[in-house]
This record gives sequence, structure tokens and C-alpha cells, in this order.
Amino acid sequence: MLNLVVKRLLWGIPVLWLVLTLTFFLLRAAPGGPFDQERELPAEVEKLIAAKYQLNQPIVQQYGHYLKSVIQGDLGPSFQYVDYSINELITLGLPVSLKLGFYALLLALLLGIGLGMVAALYANKWPDSVAMITAVIGISTPNFVIAPMLIMWLAVNWQWLPVGGWSGGHWSYLVLPVITLSLPYIAAIARLVRGSLLEILNQPFIRTAKAKGLSQKAMIFKHALRPSLLPVISYLGPAAVGLMTGSVVIEQIFGIPGMGRYFVQGALNRDYTLVLGVVLVIGLMMLLFNLLVDLLYRLIDPRIDQNSPLSVGNG
Amino acid sequence: MKLKMGLIILTVIVTVVLLGPLWATLDPETIHWDDMAIAPDTVYWFGTDVMGRDLYIRTLLGGQVSLMVGLLATIVSVLIGVLYGMLAGYFGGKVDAVMMRLVDVFYALPFLFLVILLMVFFGQQLWLLFAAIGCYLWLDMARIVRGQTLMLKEQGFIEASVALGQPSKNILFKHILPNLKSVVIVYATLIVPQVIMIESFLSFLGLGVQEPMTSWGALVNEGADNMELAPWSLWFPALFLSLTLVGFNLVGDGLRDRWDPSNKT
Amino acid sequence: MNKANQQPLLRIQDLSVSFNSADAQVQAVNRLSFDINPGQTLGLVGESGSGKSVTALSILGLIPQPPGKITQGRIEFAGNDLLSMTEKQLQKIRGNDISMVFQEPMTSLNPVFRVGFQIAEVLRLHKKLSKKQAWQKTVELMDWVGIPEPQRRCKAYPHELSGGQKQRVMIAMAIACEPKLLICDEPTTALDVTIQKQVLELLQQLQKDTGMSMLFITHDLGVIADLADEVVVMYRSQKVEQATTSDIFTHAKHPYSKGLLACRPQLHGNPRRLLTVSDFMDTDGKELTPTTKQRQPQIKADKSSADTLLSVENLKTYFPIKSGLFSRVKSHVKAVDGVSFTVRKGETLGLVGESGCGKTTLGRTLLRLQQATSGAVHYDGIDVFAQSSQQMRELRSRMQIIFQDPYASLNPRMTVGQTLMEPLNIHQSQISKAMRWQRAVELIQQVGLNPDQLNRYPHEFSGGQRQRISIARALAVEPEFIVCDESVSALDVSVQAQVLNLLLDLQEQRDLTYIFISHDLSVVNFIADRVGVMNEGKIVEMNSAEEIYSNPQNPYTQKLLEAIPQGVPKIS
Repeated sequence: MLNLVVKRLLWGIPVLWLVLTLTFFLLRAAPGGPFDQERELPAEVEKLIAAKYQLNQPIVQQYGHYLKSVIQGDLGPSFQYVDYSINELITLGLPVSLKLGFYALLLALLLGIGLGMVAALYANKWPDSVAMITAVIGISTPNFVIAPMLIMWLAVNWQWLPVGGWSGGHWSYLVLPVITLSLPYIAAIARLVRGSLLEILNQPFIRTAKAKGLSQKAMIFKHALRPSLLPVISYLGPAAVGLMTGSVVIEQIFGIPGMGRYFVQGALNRDYTLVLGVVLVIGLMMLLFNLLVDLLYRLIDPRIDQNSPLSVGNG
Repeated sequence: MKLKMGLIILTVIVTVVLLGPLWATLDPETIHWDDMAIAPDTVYWFGTDVMGRDLYIRTLLGGQVSLMVGLLATIVSVLIGVLYGMLAGYFGGKVDAVMMRLVDVFYALPFLFLVILLMVFFGQQLWLLFAAIGCYLWLDMARIVRGQTLMLKEQGFIEASVALGQPSKNILFKHILPNLKSVVIVYATLIVPQVIMIESFLSFLGLGVQEPMTSWGALVNEGADNMELAPWSLWFPALFLSLTLVGFNLVGDGLRDRWDPSNKT
Repeated sequence: MNKANQQPLLRIQDLSVSFNSADAQVQAVNRLSFDINPGQTLGLVGESGSGKSVTALSILGLIPQPPGKITQGRIEFAGNDLLSMTEKQLQKIRGNDISMVFQEPMTSLNPVFRVGFQIAEVLRLHKKLSKKQAWQKTVELMDWVGIPEPQRRCKAYPHELSGGQKQRVMIAMAIACEPKLLICDEPTTALDVTIQKQVLELLQQLQKDTGMSMLFITHDLGVIADLADEVVVMYRSQKVEQATTSDIFTHAKHPYSKGLLACRPQLHGNPRRLLTVSDFMDTDGKELTPTTKQRQPQIKADKSSADTLLSVENLKTYFPIKSGLFSRVKSHVKAVDGVSFTVRKGETLGLVGESGCGKTTLGRTLLRLQQATSGAVHYDGIDVFAQSSQQMRELRSRMQIIFQDPYASLNPRMTVGQTLMEPLNIHQSQISKAMRWQRAVELIQQVGLNPDQLNRYPHEFSGGQRQRISIARALAVEPEFIVCDESVSALDVSVQAQVLNLLLDLQEQRDLTYIFISHDLSVVNFIADRVGVMNEGKIVEMNSAEEIYSNPQNPYTQKLLEAIPQGVPKIS
């Protein structure tokens, strides 16, 4: 266990470095700069600004400076939000995105597993067909299509819920973005659960459970469900990544002040440090989340743990 | 069932998107100043957008772009993924370990964010779009192909070929590749909708294809902005986009149920 | 024991079961009837697909419906009709009055629960024991079925136990509620012979202790001999014979039973070629009588003066075990650990051992399909490990291998003709395509198949036919030396006998040299001139087959030989 954690964290350092370096040079290679504005600034002013943000130094030196300050935990000043440091911006944006993502993931798991089980238990009967057709449509409809439709009905026409905004994360502001964000994942998890549950139900050990005299209910909920959730756990990693990118669109549509919106605006405005900061935080979160998923997997599937105290005996 | 339904949907959409423009009488870029945001009627079959452009021809031409991006990026990712996965799986050992580590690194990169950056900075060139998406989606294919190759390599018929003195090149291309065919086709069918989804996602953010060219994603974006004035400008491209994705997903699922040995229940 | 004038515990009458597949309805069991009395053991014998497992599953209502369907008949248990019971009523009987031990102990236990929990679950369900009582009883049961340190092993997960231990856990689970009937479906087929012997003894002991009845299903008549009171032989979904065990073994009536008994190689007095079912019965089921020529006894020629073809010196093949923070190599699995021997021209060297003893790795290392760690192999004076890859490819036409799994050994996307022409494309690409085709025709005829079948794909063939095709492919390059790696292990006994006969015929015609690797001592005894016994990567004993079997020196060899089912019926 501990071995794995240490290994992954050590492994994460070069990966994060790679991400950061790639992004850094990508940003600098891009045409345009953070202070290109429509109105030409006086040369004096431009020079001053460049000096303030160290843009007048050779790029390798800038890179060195930046890396050093990142290691010290300082992500630098924002180029666009003049009075903010990137650390402050992320402290503002990250909790918002996390909250959104957490509820979306929770909803996706609950509904996805439920639907998948229904589909598997009524395999090839009408509830299965309904669930699976819904799932295919759910996967196939981009959230930027669903979001405007939901806004149209629920917020504009019937005025049940606010059109957008965050308002400190009041529940009514969460409903629409969370539903929209989670829909494709509900569908994906439902399909996954259906497939793996059907496969597990065909395993010899389920026949054993039945031969023991277990009821249908005990057999499914005790013996079949747990092993069939393993693929769902491995899916959590990619799902979390998807939720992060998905929230870029969702935050844009619903005007939510999270990390995704910072990222797109930062990129458009060439706010170098902001983009780098967001990429770094997202990379770090992916790393941590994947580690968490692996640990969870080990908890549910005992076969993974090779260092068991029990040795294999003979006979 | 699934396969048939998917194929029907795709055939209809591809036919409409490819042949539909032949019946169009209006130009996609002409702005009809007197007919802005007109609901569908006999002149404008899908209505017009808020700028007064005919949505019928725009939706179909946008579809051509979306489908083309989907196919080309899929080809890129399949080529890279199959070759990479096959070599890693076949040679195994240290080669495999290094190659798969690299894939792990790529997986750990927030790739879509980098693609967004690429598109923001280097102008929305179409080739860059294929390359970027293709380079992102080959990872899954590489993993699947590697897994299958590892499994195939253990099969008696591969060992028998080695024992007969067949050189590696022939084993890879005569024995392994033909046996990967079905898995590759299945997953390629499932990559196409992902590509289309990513392209429309980028276009939605205003980063995909650029005016005057358009795609379903870009149209959906415009439609969503003007939903209250001209809801049909959202409906039509959204419907085409979703149906296409449904079609590909159904075909992919159907083929997987039929072919993928690891998926037999 | 309990004989007539008593109500049977289980009565099956006129049972028919069919399965619906996409294109046809398959009759799996056809009008089967038999009784099992209290305390009695009935053996149900037949080859794969004969309907014996389906029968067992029908008793417990475990046939998946659809596609399965019980079309007629009755199954009575203690006077009650099981087939008309509701699911709820059946649940009370399963695991309590009737329980079952399955063939694959590896997959029959739930991998994510501790084995103790899985046993205790039955006790809590049927005996309504508290958690603590159930656990205590579980430990007792584990002890009873002979698992050492039961306290600790109860907390193990299935993957932490060996195959034999898993099967013991399955048995503990099955007998937990002291059932009146225990159904064993090939419970020892997946196990090594020594483990098989222990499990069979355990079952016998348990039956003696509890007085339960048993339905014992197997394809191996040898296994059933000292266990069953009565035997039912099934063939193509029908019962062809029912008799007491001693009657079956001494004077079987039905030709199929006779064939089944004859095709199994014995430790002594084998014929020159094994008799098979087709020697006793033609395809229409008409009885035939094997001629005296067919019954001619086997005489093994003395090949001790022939030239040495293959010599192996101190061969080692290790696999690294990596673990820890940086995946450093911590230790090695010594699959082949210092093996030396020679093989003479024209002889068959048998290699026997239990699973994991390294015999397969040895075979693959000899042909350089697996990298050796150290040691040397000389083939006809050529240092095999010193060959360049080009030289090696040429050498490969002289030494061939036939694998175990008939399903994996042929490329599913190539026709049989293409498969047989492949070796010629490699080694004799100068000859014309028509010539190569002609060779393929000759080869397929040699292994007893029809040239019409060259255009078919592997999935259209049975396991035995596929193994013949694999043999033909190996012969295509005209090798002098063939390694047969468990080449008949996956086949039914009657098919196995045919393939063994084919191998012997080919050896005679082409003066072939074999290394025959198998876990089955009787088969090796039949085919090999000399035998090497492997254990933990080493050859512990090597001698002529006769010497090994009549006068084993090494204790491990003795243990292996004792474990072979003797095929002598128990006296009832």
C-alpha cells in the first residue's frame, strides 16, 4: 500500500514537470502576448510592464525563474487580473469546480449503478432496452446541447431554477450544471455496470452461490454486485478527467467562476501564469485522483495485493 | 439489432449530408437581410439563423466537415495506436515496459487542455485539429491492441509459427494483424464519435473550424446563443450531431457484442 | 448396503433436457432414468457433451432457462418432485439437503470474499447459526476437510489458496449442512494426481462418516472404480448401460462401455495400439469385435544403442520476480533448475510431473522458444543456443513442437490448407504453389483427415481433429524430432487414444524422435521408452519406462505412482 503511494508520488514529479514545461514553451511559442491591446501603448510603458513581469529576460531564464518559484509554492502574479496572484485565483476557483465535480460524480455513480443493475437484471426485456437506449442517447448528446435546452425549459420558460451564476454555491444554482455535467457519465456507468454484472452473473461462483441456496436478492447484492463494480472503479479515473474538461464548457455556459472558465479566458488573453497554474493544478488532481482510485481498487479486489501474509500451501 | 439500427442511421445521415447539398438552391454564406431568424418553411427548409443565412445548406456542409474530421482523426489515431500497441505487445519485456510507461505519461497529461491551448495559439487550422485529436485518442487503441497482442502471442498458433521458423515480420503481419482486425474495427468505430464530440466541443468554445467554414459544433454554439430568437438554429444541428453519434455508438456496440472475444458474455 | 425394497433418495425418471441455440435445438439429455438409494454412490460416466453435467444441474434447478428447457420427466427427492417446486422451496433444499461440488475450484469461489465467510454463509442461511457459531463451525469444517491451520486459512481469499485447498473449501461448503445427497461434478479433473487422490480419499471418508449419498460425475472410469457402488454410462445424451461397478469393469455389455474401458492406457499389459471406441462400435452403433491382431501386446524395442540426437547439459531457465519500490528483481522462479539428459535417435522420452514442475518450460527452452538462463542444448552436434537467428530458422525445420490446447494452436483466420502450406512457404518457397498444395493434401491424409477439408476454417473441426491438423503442420517441414507438450491432455479419452496411436504410427513410418511431456503417468507409460520424472524444476529420476513403473527409486516417483487411480472396483 505505502509502496504504491510513494511510487506514484515519485512518478508524479517528472510527469508534472513535463506538463509544466510543455505548456510553458507552448505558451511562449504562441503568437501574441499578454499585453497586446488594440491601442498601441507607449514604448516606455510597454518596457516597464515587460520588466515587471520579467518578459524582457531570455526565455530560458524566465523558465528557470518560474520553475523555482513553483517549487517554492508560488505560481506567480496574474497578467490579467492585476491585483491577484495565481495562488489567490486558484483558491477562489478550485473549490467551486471541486464542488461541481463532486456532486456530478456522486449523481453519476448513484444513477449509473442503479440503471445498470436494472438493465442487467431485466436483460433483453423492456426495462433493459429503455435504459440502454437512454444511455446511448445520453452518451451521444454533448452537454453543450443539453445545457441550453435545460436552461430554455427549466430556467427561462418555467422559471423553476436560475439561468446561471453561482451565488456561493446555493443548491438551486447547482442543480442544472450538475445534471448536465453528469448525464454522459450516468450513461457510461450504466452501460459498464450492465455489461460487467451480466458477465459476473455467468461466472461459476455465482452458480456456487445459487447452489448454496441463496435467494436471488442475496446472490445479486452480496455476491455479484461487488465484483461487478470493479470496472466502474477503474472508470473513475478517466471519468474524473472527463468531468474536469466537461466543466470547462459547463462553467462557460452557466457562468460559474471555476477553474475551467479561468483556463479558457486565460488562454484567450495569453495570461501565461494563469494557464500554467490551472494546468499544474489539474495535472496534480489527476495524479491524486488516479492514486485514490488505485487504492480503492485494492480495497475491493483482494487479488491485487501480492504481499499477503498468507502463503500458498500444498494440498 | 443495434448494429442494424446504427447502420441505418449512419447511412441516412451520410447520404443526406453528402447528397443533400445538390438540392440546395441557396448559398451557405449569403446573408438574406430580409429573412433573419425565419422559422423553417418551404424556402428555408431548416429556417435561417439570426444573420439570415440558410440553415439547411449550412447544417449539411457543417456535417461534411464534422464527418471528415471524425474520419481523418480516427485514421491517424488507429494507425499510431495499432502499430504502437502491436510492437509493444509483440516484443514485450523491456521494450514493452518503456513503451507503455510513455503511454502512462501521456495518459497523465491533461491532454484536452493542451489541445485547447494548441487551437487557441496556432489558429484553427484543420490539419492541426486532426493531428491534435488523433494524437490524443491513439492511447486507448494502443492499450487495447497491446493487450490483444500479448494474448495472441501466447496462443499456440503463434508459437507454432515461431517454431516453424517464421520471421517476426511475417508473424506480425500474417498472424497477429489479421487476428486484431475485429478488435481494431470495433474500437475505431467507437473513436469516431469521440473525435466528432471533441471537434464540436472545441468549435463550441470557438476554437474549432473557423468562418466561413462551419461544423455541427460551431452551429450548435451559434444556435445556443440565439436559442430564444431562433430555437431551430439549435435543434437542427444538434439533432444531426446527436443522431450521428448515436449511429456510431450503436454500430460500435453492435460490432463489439458480435466480435470482441473479451466481451463475450 | 442399502439395496432394494427401500424408497430411493433420488429418483430420476425419463428426464429430457434440451437447449435452444440460434439455429437448432440440441437434445442434451434424452429420457434418462436412474435411482440413488440412501448411502449409495452412483457414478455417472461419459465424455464431454454426453449430458452428464446437465443432468446434475437439472437436479438442483440450476439449468439456465432459457436457453435450457426440461422437456419431460420427473426428478424426485425423498418423494417430492423437485421440478414442480417453486424457487423459494428449492432454495431451502439447495446447500442444505442437496449440495454440489463443481469442477473448477479456481473459479467456483467468489474472489472478493474470504473463504471462511463463504462457508459460514451457508451455515447462517440454513442452520440459522449466529455469526460466531457459524465461524466456529467453519473452522471445524476446514479442519475436517484437512486444511492445515484452519483458523488462519479461514481468513484467506480464494486466490491465496492452492487448487487442492480451494476444492477442499468447496467440499467443506457443500457438506456444511450435512446434506443427504452430495453431487460431485468432475471434482478432481482440474487437479494434479496426488491432490486428486487426497480429495477422493476425503470424499470417501466423509461419506463413511455421514452416511450421505453421492452422485459422482466423471469422464474417467479409473477415478470412479474405488468410489462408486453403481455406474451409469452415458453416450450422446442417453444412458447406454447401468451396472454395479465391478460388473462394468469385468464384463461391460454395451460396446461403448467396452471401448471406454479399453482406450484408457493401463500401467501393464497394453496392446500395441490402444483400442478405441470405434474398434467396438461402428458409426451406426453396431457392435464390432476387435481382432486378435488388434489386441497384440505392446513390445518396446530396445533403442539404447542408437546414436544420441539431443543432449542437454545443466539447463536452467529462471523467471525473475520483481517487487518493491523500484521493481527490482528480488528472486527467481526456478522453472528449470539444472537439467541434463540425452535423447537417442528414434526413441520417445517421456517427461512427467505435476503442474508447475517446469516440464513445459523445459520443452520450450529446448526449442529456444524460451530464453535459457544457462546451460547448453546440442542437437545432432549443433549448439542450439549459439545459432544466429538465420541459422536457427533453418534448424527449426528439423525440430518441431505440438501444443496442448487444440483450440489455440491453429490460426482461426487461416484455412487448414493455408496453415499446412505455411511451413512450406518458409522453408521450401522455391517449389510451386500447386506442389505445395499437393503436399498439404498428402499431409492431411497422413493424419487421417479428408483432403476436402483443406478449405475449411479451424472452428469447423473438433478438438481431436484440430490436434491432428497441428500434427500435420509439424510434419510439413519433415522434422526428425518433435516435442509433444501435453498434446493429448485436452482430449476425451477415446480421442486421446486415437491421437496416441497416430503418433506411434508416424514414429514408425518416419523414424521420428519424441519428447512426450504429460502429467498423465499412464499415457507416458504407454508411449515412452524412457521416462524422466520432474519435480520443482529438476529431473528426480530417469530410467526406462518399465523400470520407473515397476521399481521406482525416488520417493516422489513412488508418491506419484501410488496416486494413480487403480481402476479396481471397490467390493460392496
